[in-house]
Amino acid sequence: MNTNLAAQINSFLAAMILLTAFGMLVQRRMYGLIHLFAWQGLFLSVSTAVVGFVAGAHHLYISSILTLSLKVILLPYILHVLIQRLKIHKEVETIVNVPMTMLIGIALVVFSYHLTAPVRELSTLITRSTLAVALATVMLGLLMMITRKHAVTQIIGFLAMENGLFFAATSATYGMPLVVELGVALDILIAAFIFGIFFFQIHTTFDSLDIDQMARLKEED
Amino acid sequence: MMFYPFLIEVLQILIILAVAPVFAGWVKMLKCWSQGRTSPGLFQPYRDIVKLFSKDVVLAENASWIFRGTPYLVFGVVVLSGGIVPMLSVDLPLAATADVIALVALFAIARFFTALAGMDIGTAFGGMGSSREMTIASLAEPAMLMAIFTVSLASKSTSLSQMVQVVYSGQAVLRPSLAFALLAFILIALAETGRIPVDNPATHLELTMIHEAMILEYSGRHLALIEWAGMMKLFLFVMLGIAVFSPWGIAASGDLAAIPRAFLFMILKLGAVGAGLVLIETGLAKMRLFRLTEFLGSAFLLATLGMLSYFILE
Repeated sequence: MNTNLAAQINSFLAAMILLTAFGMLVQRRMYGLIHLFAWQGLFLSVSTAVVGFVAGAHHLYISSILTLSLKVILLPYILHVLIQRLKIHKEVETIVNVPMTMLIGIALVVFSYHLTAPVRELSTLITRSTLAVALATVMLGLLMMITRKHAVTQIIGFLAMENGLFFAATSATYGMPLVVELGVALDILIAAFIFGIFFFQIHTTFDSLDIDQMARLKEED
Repeated sequence: MMFYPFLIEVLQILIILAVAPVFAGWVKMLKCWSQGRTSPGLFQPYRDIVKLFSKDVVLAENASWIFRGTPYLVFGVVVLSGGIVPMLSVDLPLAATADVIALVALFAIARFFTALAGMDIGTAFGGMGSSREMTIASLAEPAMLMAIFTVSLASKSTSLSQMVQVVYSGQAVLRPSLAFALLAFILIALAETGRIPVDNPATHLELTMIHEAMILEYSGRHLALIEWAGMMKLFLFVMLGIAVFSPWGIAASGDLAAIPRAFLFMILKLGAVGAGLVLIETGLAKMRLFRLTEFLGSAFLLATLGMLSYFILE
């Protein structure tokens, strides 16, 4: 596999990651959202492995396997179980309507392209062009957290943001040191468990996971 | 050898006239098989057209020249667009005179007159159909142009022959921009040709019909021309998709010997695309009219992403 081909494969995977990020932004169903998240993790994991192969950075293989086991298998499974236990697999509500969200998303992609332009000029890595996509994925995750009312959707948005950050690290510097990546992976795992516990608490207190309910946490006066 | 391009041009127009009904019949046949019904046969569209031509035209008393002229105009416009899209060879005299933007404009002319004709008689159905058609058109056309501009960016030209040559000669690379543009193009083609998630070509149920509502008042040879033009439009969109996104097998400029091979490739690709279309149509339910903005919005999004990824990733 020569460098040029690897760069092309990596670009293609970056495009797929961007596509899944947009897919999550417009997806209404909870299960569809989780499947898209798992797909994004898969593309991320393959992309990490490809970069690891080209750069000869063998610790990226470990990150790739971590991504695969954590973000493609374990986290979607946990979210799946959560949704089944809490019986919330109906349509997701959005605050801004879907076409509008798409347009904002496109604007964010253009914005991150301009923001990363200086880095792209300076960098010599073959992955430098995917940095804009990584930043866009972070922003789209953030946008998803803003436009959705449901707690579980917001968590998926948060995890998608983390995917974007991870991708940014791989494309900007061929990945963070292994210790950092292990730490982040562990954090994500712990976070998922804590989110799960919180969801159960919120659900039993408010009988819903709509965060509008949490606007009136103070006692009645 | 001077007449060679004109020969191709004539051949191509004959192909679109003759093969389009067969392709429509092929799609119908596969659809019947996939739903466990007996199919009417590959050449049923021909028989329908012949039957309609032999019947008398029933005109409403208040029908104006627009209503009478529209079938001929639509038919002519679609045949003319058939001379622009490269099917067998990139040597097309007409492709040099009209680029892909002109092609979109030609389709827009056909749609404009069909919508006018729908309102001409003054029945409720015609007006409703026209209104819906124009709603879809206003959303589909920007997306269509966006998808085409993405390919033009990659090939640095809006001429279809040029685009085909560039995509054909480029080594088989994974181009994210073209993949996005292809996805967008599939969504738009479904909307523009009135296939299932957007419009159902086989129904006359008043709540759901769009294209059928506009042409409800036509009969006899007028209806035959419009139906034939409809089949050719479907065929043209398929050919446009094949030409821009998978032109492999098409004859190079001046290569007369490669024409039979190109024809064989074309038939094979048409068969495959027909199967794909049937898969989409049987797998999806017709969408609610108010969800269409999202459907076409995603087409626009994909086309824009294609254009952006051309700048970002390539």
